Order: sequence, then structure tokens, then C-alpha cells
Amino acid sequence: MNNELLIGVLGLQGDIEENIKATTNALKEMNLKGKVLSVRYPEEIMKIDGLIIPGGESTVMGLLIAIKNGLLDAITKILQEGLPVMGTCAGMIVLAKKSYDKIVGNKRQLLLGVLDIEVERNSFGRQYDSFESKLNISGIGNDYKGIFIRAPTVISVGPQVEILSKFDEKIVAVKQENIIGTSFHPELSGDYRMHRLFIQLVTNWKDANKGHQNF
Amino acid sequence: MTISQAGSYPSSKGIKISTVDTKEVLCGTALIKRGFAHMQKHGVIMDVTNVEQAQIAEDAGAVAVMVLDKLPYDVRHAGGVARTASVKVIQSILDSVSIPIMAKCRIGHSSEASILEEIGVDMVDESEVLSPADENRHIWKWNYTTPFVNGAKNLGEALRRIEEGAAMIRTKGEPGTGDVSQAVAHIRMVNNEIKKIKGIYDNNDDQELIRISREIQSSFEIVKETGKLGRLPVVNFAAGGISTPADAALLMKLGCDGIFVGSGIFKAEDPLERAKAVVIATTYFDDPKTVLEAQKMIDEKKSMLGLDTKNLDLKMQERGPTI
Repeated sequence: MNNELLIGVLGLQGDIEENIKATTNALKEMNLKGKVLSVRYPEEIMKIDGLIIPGGESTVMGLLIAIKNGLLDAITKILQEGLPVMGTCAGMIVLAKKSYDKIVGNKRQLLLGVLDIEVERNSFGRQYDSFESKLNISGIGNDYKGIFIRAPTVISVGPQVEILSKFDEKIVAVKQENIIGTSFHPELSGDYRMHRLFIQLVTNWKDANKGHQNF
Repeated sequence: MTISQAGSYPSSKGIKISTVDTKEVLCGTALIKRGFAHMQKHGVIMDVTNVEQAQIAEDAGAVAVMVLDKLPYDVRHAGGVARTASVKVIQSILDSVSIPIMAKCRIGHSSEASILEEIGVDMVDESEVLSPADENRHIWKWNYTTPFVNGAKNLGEALRRIEEGAAMIRTKGEPGTGDVSQAVAHIRMVNNEIKKIKGIYDNNDDQELIRISREIQSSFEIVKETGKLGRLPVVNFAAGGISTPADAALLMKLGCDGIFVGSGIFKAEDPLERAKAVVIATTYFDDPKTVLEAQKMIDEKKSMLGLDTKNLDLKMQERGPTI
């Protein structure tokens, strides 16, 4: 039995390396052993103990998930098993049940639909209105540097969803059992507490499920 | 911090400060501008001239679209002065696609850039594809809240543009030719220069770093930081002459963070399939089987014929201020 955690960052498009670096640093801060790698193939997805879907463009990631044989099935399977997953910005959109764009309305796009929320894309406006500001996140503190880049927000949540943070009355971080979604980019802040929160979920899940097949 | 602050200018006019619930909110910081560019990584940005093309690009998986009046190939054939695209066209694209929208302005034309910022484009490309408006100075990009991308054919150019406020760099290549050789030459040049500087940095030889920074006409601070990072302080994309999935994969292999495709898609006869194929090859550039799958999606008989870069009337890469 291997106790080393194996965390995958969905390696299709976006700030993949930034999430790998943030997760690696978070593991170090927690004194945990683990590997973090970019995953793009079904067989890689089946080996991991936790998945991060990075920032980028949600439409592009959806398209690339659908196009590779077996990739959508593999991701769906691990999510059904309750494997911890975190989506940052575009990643949260991909996890959501419903989405629409604030400016152009409904867009056809692939959503994994496991996180019971509706998201509004580009909720604060376009890049001109992208911003950084301190956030209050429950379980973390009121000094978290939130980096919002053409960020989505959560418009409505299902009964299982816990709201972790709001900014300007908009929901910007949520948790539903083993799923975390953030409007902002914890991987760019240099503050690894959000990634640590996720790793804690991965550790708990691995302890309870004796890990995936990676021993 | 994951994003380097090298070369940034903290007191820039482009930073907008406001307050929400007693909390300070900052727009247009180097982090927010460079962060936007980081979100484009591993993606393909496609040149478009109208709403229909923008829609095709979005459906094919483009990470963003770049709006211009004429594709680079057509700029060469039309001659005359190439300016920023019609406001109406840009607005109609802003109203119809959900991915980021970039637009080109002329080198040094700070008014065209302001207009693009006012319309609300997500990034401005100060581009040599258009006719330069100032032969001595580029735009001082720290004055804008909107991020900029600039072209570069060597490290000195790249670092000077970053010090002027560019949040992203792309190779210049030779646009509109369908020939990748110049883009390859430019990324190789930048990579080799960085490798050299990194070696000198690792040797703690500041005197040599100062000498090189004078040689490549950039500041010592940014040259040193580049040596420390072992890469450019901002995201670096390939551009200029990319026409096939194999071209995209080649430039990704050389270490580019993503791809711009200009004439290569909409001057070909199979734009939708080709656009999709370039997106797939960019993501899976290091997997020959998947690049082959992507290459199968296009027909070489439908590629743009292209132009010989040795016999061009206009070398776009050589336009604009030399400093």
C-alpha cells in the first residue's frame, strides 16, 4: 500500500503548471509526500487520488474532454466514486450543473454537472474589470488574496452546497462534499491554503477508500 | 508568487483602485494582466475578421479570437495602410462570442489602443501586421488597464516590450506567409539567449549580465530576473506562418506556451476542421499518435499555398521602432 498521494491536474488547456506548482508547495507545507502531475489520458485519470481542473477557458476544456476517446468516461467514473476534485475559475464552470454567460447568454458547452450550482460566466465583466482583493473564506481567514480574471460567480446553489466565500454579495467559493469550486485563482496567489484544504479532502478520501489502484 | 513581477512599474496609470465592503480592489495590476495571459496557455488564439469567423473559431475550441480588418495574407495583397478593425465589427464579435476577444492596433498608436480599451476588448495586440504609426516609440502600455501582447524576434525586443508593459509576448514570425520558418527562428533565438543568460546568472557573474543587458538594450534588472527564471517573465506564444496541426505541434515542442494562427485557418479551404485540428495538436503536441490524428483531419490540398519568405516585398517583422 502506497501512502504517497497522487494528484492530477487536468492537462488540456490553461494554467496547468501553476496548479502543479501550488499543489506541490501545499504538500510541502503540510509535510506530506506526494506527486502532482498533468493528466490527459483515461489511464492516467484512473490512477489519481484527487483531480484539479485549472483556470483557462471552460469551452475549450469541455471540447477537449469530449474529443479524446474515453476521457469523459474516466472523469465521470472517478467523480461518481466521490474522488476529491477542485475547479478554479474555468474549472468550477466545467464541474457545474448549469452555466450561462453574462454578456452573450447561453452557450453550448460540455459541463460535468457534478457540482449542484448555476454559474454566471464573466460575472464581473470583461478583462478590464478583472481584479485582486482580499477575501474572507470560511475555514481559511479574512486575508486571502483573491485573483479574479474574467471570473465566473455562483448564482444559485443546491441543498448540499456549502458557501465558503462571498465577494460583493456574489458567491465566489463553494464546497459540496469532496468538490471545491472557486471563482478566483488560488494557484496564482502564492498563498497555498486553498490547495491545502483540497489536499486534506484527498487525504481523508484516500484513508477511507484505501486509495486508488496506484500501489 | 507564481507570476513574475519582473520589469513591472508599480505606479502605473493603468492600475485602478476602488473599494468594495471596506476592501481595496485593484484592477490592471501586472499580476492581473499577466494572469490573464497565463489563462491562454496551451491554447490557440485565432485571427478573425467578422462574426462568422469568430463563431467558427469559438466552436472549434479557440481560447480567444484576435480581431483585425484583414488577415495578414490579405494585408500583403491589398497594400496601402493597415489600421485597426472597424468598431462595428469588434462590437458585433464582443456581443456574440463568450471567449476573450483581442484586437490589433498599430505600433505606437496610443489612440487606437485607447479606442480598443474603451470598446472593451480583453487584450490589445500592438502589431507589426498593421502599418506602424510611430517609428520611434512603442505604446507605453503601463498607462492601460487592459493587457497588451507584443511581437518579438529576439530576447532584447521581448524584454523591452515587457518593460513597456506587455503582459504577453509572441514571436513575430513572418505573418501571412504560411511559412513557419521565421517563427521557428525567433523562438530558437529567444530560447538560446535565455539559456546563455541563465548560465551566467548561475555563475553569479553580474558584470557579464550588465554587459549583455547593454548589448541587447534592456535593463540589467530584467535581464537578471530572466536569468534567474530561466524563461521570459511573461507567457510566450508562437505566431507567424502557422498553417497546420504539425506546425502548431512543432512550435509547442520548441517551448512556446501556446499558438496564434493568423491566415493559416481562414485562408485555407477547410477552416472549421483545420481549426479543431490545430487545437488538438497544440494540447497533445508531445504525443505523435494524437498529432497524427489531428493532421488526418486536414487536407494539404486545402492549405493556403503560402509565400516564400525570402522574396517578400514587405517584411512585417522588420517594421516599427528598432528600440
